[in-house]
Amino acid sequence: MRARLGRWSVPILFAVLCLSGILVAKITPSFLLGEMMVRVGRNSVLVMALLIPILAGLGLNFGIVIGAMAGQAAAILIVHWKLAGIVGFGAAWLLATPIAILLGVATGILFNRAKGREMVTGLIAGFFANGLYQLVFLFALGSLIPFHDPDMLLPQGNGLRNTIDLTGIQYAIDDLVRVQIPVEGRMLRVPVVTYAVVAGFCVFTVLFLRTRLGQQLRAMGQDDHVAAIAGIPVERNRIIATVLSTVFASWGQLLFLQNIGTLNTYNSHEQVGMFAIAALLVSGATVSHATVAQALLGTVLFHTLFVVSPLAGKALAGDAQIGEYFRVFVAYAVITVALVLHAWQAKKGKRTA
Amino acid sequence: MTIRLPAAVREFGLPRILIAAFLVALFAVAIATHMSFAILLTDCIARVARNGILVLALLPAIQGGLGLNFGLPIGIICGLIGCVISLNFGVHGVAGVALAMGVGVALAVPVGAAYGWLLNRTRGQEMMVGTYLGFALVSGMSIFWLLAPFRNPTLVWAIGGKGLRTTLALTGIYDRVLDRWLQFDVAGVTIPTGALLAFLGLCFLVWLFFRTRMGITIAAARSNPRFALAAGISDERTRIQASVLTTVLGAVGIVVYSQSFGFVQLYTAPLLMAFPAIACILIGGATVTRATIAHVIIGTLLFQSILTTALPVTSQVIEGDISETARLIIQNGMILYALTRFGK
Repeated sequence: MRARLGRWSVPILFAVLCLSGILVAKITPSFLLGEMMVRVGRNSVLVMALLIPILAGLGLNFGIVIGAMAGQAAAILIVHWKLAGIVGFGAAWLLATPIAILLGVATGILFNRAKGREMVTGLIAGFFANGLYQLVFLFALGSLIPFHDPDMLLPQGNGLRNTIDLTGIQYAIDDLVRVQIPVEGRMLRVPVVTYAVVAGFCVFTVLFLRTRLGQQLRAMGQDDHVAAIAGIPVERNRIIATVLSTVFASWGQLLFLQNIGTLNTYNSHEQVGMFAIAALLVSGATVSHATVAQALLGTVLFHTLFVVSPLAGKALAGDAQIGEYFRVFVAYAVITVALVLHAWQAKKGKRTA
Repeated sequence: MTIRLPAAVREFGLPRILIAAFLVALFAVAIATHMSFAILLTDCIARVARNGILVLALLPAIQGGLGLNFGLPIGIICGLIGCVISLNFGVHGVAGVALAMGVGVALAVPVGAAYGWLLNRTRGQEMMVGTYLGFALVSGMSIFWLLAPFRNPTLVWAIGGKGLRTTLALTGIYDRVLDRWLQFDVAGVTIPTGALLAFLGLCFLVWLFFRTRMGITIAAARSNPRFALAAGISDERTRIQASVLTTVLGAVGIVVYSQSFGFVQLYTAPLLMAFPAIACILIGGATVTRATIAHVIIGTLLFQSILTTALPVTSQVIEGDISETARLIIQNGMILYALTRFGK
């Protein structure tokens, strides 16, 4: 009983926090429902991208930022080629895949060389990749790489503009099957296909874990060393897990962007890792254990707080800024607590063993 | 490695050679484009003096076995609180800097001890825990700055009368007091004597400290915890000492940084401050498990010189500011290199 309560304490605490915020800010259910419908749809896949590396014992993959960059590179290309609608979106997913595979292999090799420090390595690798991303899109494009598109480039002829208009693929998936229900006088868009895609990812992850490879990954998550002795190609499988995560992240980022409709060329990817990881952790998932259900629950809880906290801050202290700082603080604090608990328990486990 | 590098090259380290070559190239471009060498050098020296102590602060953590202290913002926050308190009282000049440092250090000792206690319980994940503890503290403190009961009109927003401003100007209070102390010019190059002395003096003190009984036990416990235990040294204790020292130096470092910069930066400013400092000490030749004062000084000289010269020099050749991008790549590339190497 106590252990069960312990496992659920984080999500319960979070639910209470969200609920009190909703009551304080007097948020109407229809507003919240509308916001959540959109946010859960566009963020779930990014959170789900974290699952496979966790099960394989790699910990939280802070390197999903790199996958997000691959997705953005694809988005930039399809805008340049003027592909729109579902064709454009499909092309973006197709284009993102090889880029993400390549970057995922590189990240995986890096993780193999930094065993036991995958998380901090992933975090720094994200920053490093951001530097390379800037080098390519802010300097090389249009100067070293031939690229002529005055609509997309900065006035000096090289480097992309700060924002890129994605209206061509906006709502390509969300509105593929148009469903709108009237709620309190305004039309509420229900992104049916997006949720179908999210469901697809859930099913894939669950089924994948039942395959031979999935079982091998789980064995590695239990004990790397034993898995290696049992003949599992640990190093290769770790790379595969990283690649899958990176590819999922690139698709997830594209799904996110098609809903937003604009690409902040140099910022859209920066906080992807932090928000996805915080969202997963508020469900009570840990650095070494997470499920599909937790990914979904976490997304719902975290984004509720995301919507609620600025409004609650405004209602409580007359200043929305406090709420903004608060939600960033919560994101970081949740990750810190999860990391501390994980390391603490790992140490305890070692002592008793 | 299939290619065997000559021993001398390996000793100095390939990344350091590349970075030194890059710096030489930058200076070459500066000369070729007839830029004022004296101004460049003045800026470089000022930046080294400004950032040096923050880099030095990482040394005790590495020597104490805590790894790269990504939690440096924890010490920085203590120093910033010191700055704000001294400004709130309106203390001018060296006394103001001293008060800021005093308050900062007084806070950093218990905070550093608590940080060390936590790191003892999260062994093996010190770097990750440090990073996110720093992030969480910086964002939590943002709320504090907004709500803190400071009422001095020069510090709070003019409209509303509460909440500290994002940057507090030090002009006329203790703007560059250390830098200007005994400042002199050599061939057009300005030497900020006071700040340089503060940096080098602290380097000397830390060097001295690691030759005292306490310092030697800290390093011994890191290099062989079991042997140290047999000699009656508890590494739980020495790790806490190392963490206190790194946090205290972080607090002192930010005060020196702020007075030299001329502004106290609050809110999210300290969030990423650990990363360039870590890159400095690594470029100097430190590893995750070993660092010396020479690594601190050489690394700060190399990396801060690159950061200072890259913007004015590259803007002569390339349109747009490539220096920030170069900083991201060099800084994080260096950290990645170090992370993939230690433990081998």
